Amino acid sequence: MRSSTSTNGAAACAARASTAAMKRPIIHCPSSRRVPSRRRVFATSVAAAAILLAVAVLGVALMPQAVQTDMGARSLAPSFEHLFGTDRLGHDMLVRTVAGLAQSVLIGLLAAGASALIALALGTAAALGGRKVDAAITWLIDLMLGIPHIVLLILISYAMGKGFVGVVVGIALTHWPSLARVVRAEVLQVKNAPYVALSRKLGQSRLAVAARHVLPHVLPQFIVGTILLFPHAVLHEASVTFLGFGLSPESAAIGIILSESMSYLSAGMWWLAVFPGLALIGVVMLFDAVGQGLRRLSDPASAQE
Amino acid sequence: MVKFVVRNILKFAMLMVAVSIVAFVLVAMSPIDPVQANMGQASLVSMSVEKKAQLAAYWGTDAPLWQRYIEWAGAALQGDMGQSLRFNAPVADVIAWRAGNSLLLMGCAWAFSGVLGFVLGVASGLRRDSLFDRVVRVYCYVLASTPTFWLGLLALIVFGVALGWFPIGFSVPIGMAAEDVGLGDILYHMALPAIVLSFLGVANIALHTREKTIDVMGSGYMRFARAQGQSAWKAFRLHGLRNVALPAITLQFASISEIFGGSVLVEQVFSYPGLGQAAVTAGLGGDAPLLVGIALVSAAIVFGGNLLANVLYGVIDPRIRKGASHAV
Amino acid sequence: MQDIEKNAPAGAQAPEHSAVHEDGHAHHHHTHADGSRHAGGHHLLQVEDLSVSFSMYDDAPDAGFFSWLSAPRRTVEAIHGLSIGVHAGEIVAVVGASGSGKTLLADAILGISAENSLVEGTVWFDGERCDEERLDALRGREIAFVPQSVESLDPLMKVGKQVELFVRDATPEEARRRRREVFERYGLDERAANLYPFELSGGMARRVLLACALANRPRLIIADEPTPGLDLDLAVRAMDDFRAFADEGGGVLLITHDIELVLRVADRIAVFKGGTVVEETAVANFASPELLRHPFSRALWHALPEHGFEGSDRQDGR
Repeated sequence: MRSSTSTNGAAACAARASTAAMKRPIIHCPSSRRVPSRRRVFATSVAAAAILLAVAVLGVALMPQAVQTDMGARSLAPSFEHLFGTDRLGHDMLVRTVAGLAQSVLIGLLAAGASALIALALGTAAALGGRKVDAAITWLIDLMLGIPHIVLLILISYAMGKGFVGVVVGIALTHWPSLARVVRAEVLQVKNAPYVALSRKLGQSRLAVAARHVLPHVLPQFIVGTILLFPHAVLHEASVTFLGFGLSPESAAIGIILSESMSYLSAGMWWLAVFPGLALIGVVMLFDAVGQGLRRLSDPASAQE
Repeated sequence: MVKFVVRNILKFAMLMVAVSIVAFVLVAMSPIDPVQANMGQASLVSMSVEKKAQLAAYWGTDAPLWQRYIEWAGAALQGDMGQSLRFNAPVADVIAWRAGNSLLLMGCAWAFSGVLGFVLGVASGLRRDSLFDRVVRVYCYVLASTPTFWLGLLALIVFGVALGWFPIGFSVPIGMAAEDVGLGDILYHMALPAIVLSFLGVANIALHTREKTIDVMGSGYMRFARAQGQSAWKAFRLHGLRNVALPAITLQFASISEIFGGSVLVEQVFSYPGLGQAAVTAGLGGDAPLLVGIALVSAAIVFGGNLLANVLYGVIDPRIRKGASHAV
Repeated sequence: MQDIEKNAPAGAQAPEHSAVHEDGHAHHHHTHADGSRHAGGHHLLQVEDLSVSFSMYDDAPDAGFFSWLSAPRRTVEAIHGLSIGVHAGEIVAVVGASGSGKTLLADAILGISAENSLVEGTVWFDGERCDEERLDALRGREIAFVPQSVESLDPLMKVGKQVELFVRDATPEEARRRRREVFERYGLDERAANLYPFELSGGMARRVLLACALANRPRLIIADEPTPGLDLDLAVRAMDDFRAFADEGGGVLLITHDIELVLRVADRIAVFKGGTVVEETAVANFASPELLRHPFSRALWHALPEHGFEGSDRQDGR
């Protein structure tokens, strides 16, 4: 096949169509479609990850400051001095929001990581453990998906006596099914590959096969899937905390901030809800950007676009 | 047909048993003691000795877990799911009343989001990469990252507080006797939560429909229809639309679980007296019997949605309809 | 390209066209078969210097992460400098390896190329030079397409209804009548019309697809790999149906990788390799490798199982 580098097919096509001395008549022009280049996707993912890291570090550093009250600056609307305004106790809402987001991010990472490990274990077990194990795990997945997430989270949090542990355990126990399905499918695919059958015949143990052949194949999908769990984990942590089942009111988590803001809505203090919420959306979208970016980069099909 | 019904009844029974065990065990292992937590509650004070003994038997004693579960399940099978501590009424009654409110709210949101999401998805899939498509996609991605309760708060701030168009809470005007509440009142109080709930449901179905529309437009049968001289639009109208609608209907029924989850949050924000709000109240207030009951009902609703999706799929798709009749 | 033309006695552009060409008479980059006729003094379909290109990433599988990340986007020509002609009353088979881009040729002639493709070249149909708009108008009326499998039918609609919808500018009654006609021609009854695509047997599916193509009485049929998945008996019957269509004065462009099969029915073979037609020659020339000009054509000849193919086999095959 002959090939030549070109920047923009559509523009080149239009330009050539307009010149009188064109080489060959054109029957069909490509429509211009903006496909983000891989380099840009990669840069976006790295930038998003960097921002998240900065929020986490900054938030942890600001935690002591987040509980400082300033009675001279109570219930102030947003201004240059307090970009997100202040609440009834004179907390600066920007500081509180960043600190709260950091907590959410850290809990999200912890819970999603735990959930991903469950998914890896159960997905692999379902694929390699024989029919009975597979049926049992598939049934367990159906059961988990049969109860609405929030209800299950409330139940688990209740069982754990609410608080930090309840949220983390709850999210870890509820978010694995979709990723477990991915892992199961991937492992099954490798399992039936000829080279794996060969190593089994050559006498390698199941565990050795799993470590040497299956894991490297499944890992990229697994990592992307894990990162895509984060946004859900962060959202659910905030939701459960908002309902009163998650972190304790002293912790100034983002769910607590928003929950507290409800009492002041009718007093017109809209900024207590609007800015922390927008910041939360931003964090969730950043997580999503990292995950989607990595997925696009790891997907060979995107090369054809 | 009979086989299908029997199989689903069995599946449903198994699911109910499993969910009840999970819910019962989780609630029973909680360090929160329902009796302790509700010491001052009217229901506990006015409760009959017999009921108090039952409560303690299920949730308070040191008897083995399985024994307590068997006792509870036996009573539940006879329709007695215990007494709600927070609402001072039988669990079944509380759930029945609240499920009506919730189903109304969820039903409206479900139907509205399904129709709107489908239309948006098809339109943006057909005009891929147009300005409209980009706007729809951005909308969907942003909404998928938006916490449900925050959107509720925003709606309250804008339409409830600032503009004053909608009430700030409760499904009926406060202080009005139940029999004076007209349909208009109910709808008026339900409108804002339902709108918030549907706005979130749109994202999922629209994105999925968009992908499916693009798939269908690139499919063999669309290519053939185009090769046979049908215009792209005609080919889509004749062949594409059904093929897109089929998975969309399934997805919409399967998304009942998510809408239920969203309704828990929205009901809490709008103080709407539905199942979700009751679940939160029960969880925070140590109302163990009610919590287990709601878990069961929510699982039943989700199961019903999935079952309807399967049935509808069989009715619409000839491959499954005829395939089934050939097989039996 | 040049080495193909050097044997042409009258040069690439013959000034006058006789109604029937002699065997071996070469013009427009090809040699003719016995029955090749030029209706109205020109080809039914003539494609000149066609190229189809796509813009994509240049991916080397072993190039490592960072080189992969910065892979430049390139324009890849899947088809280049392709010329081919179909006369009225003949079957021209485009033969080449699977996945070598033959399908793109069908798309280009039908005017349904993928959105991200750039298609250059000229297409004449019945002596008229066609732009994309003209191809749009011809598609389905004058030029019909026979796809590979029932995957190309709407899975949710009865096949009879689908054929009726393909009939252009007709009332529902007319469309039904026309559908009955084509169904009858291929031995399909009303029961078949009421089936969904997934219920069709292999042989029925093939006839339904042909019925779809003939719904509008086209003059040229383009068939894209119509035989894979069919057993030999059905495949031969498919070929016979195409032969019958050509014998009634239609033209058939048959895109396939199965050279053995098309040697039985085709008039001419266009050998497709590396994104272009390297040789367009009469079937008779496949009788012996000396008559073939391009090495790849000779390789094809040598790959034939019987190894000593007789050019007169076409007559027996009917």
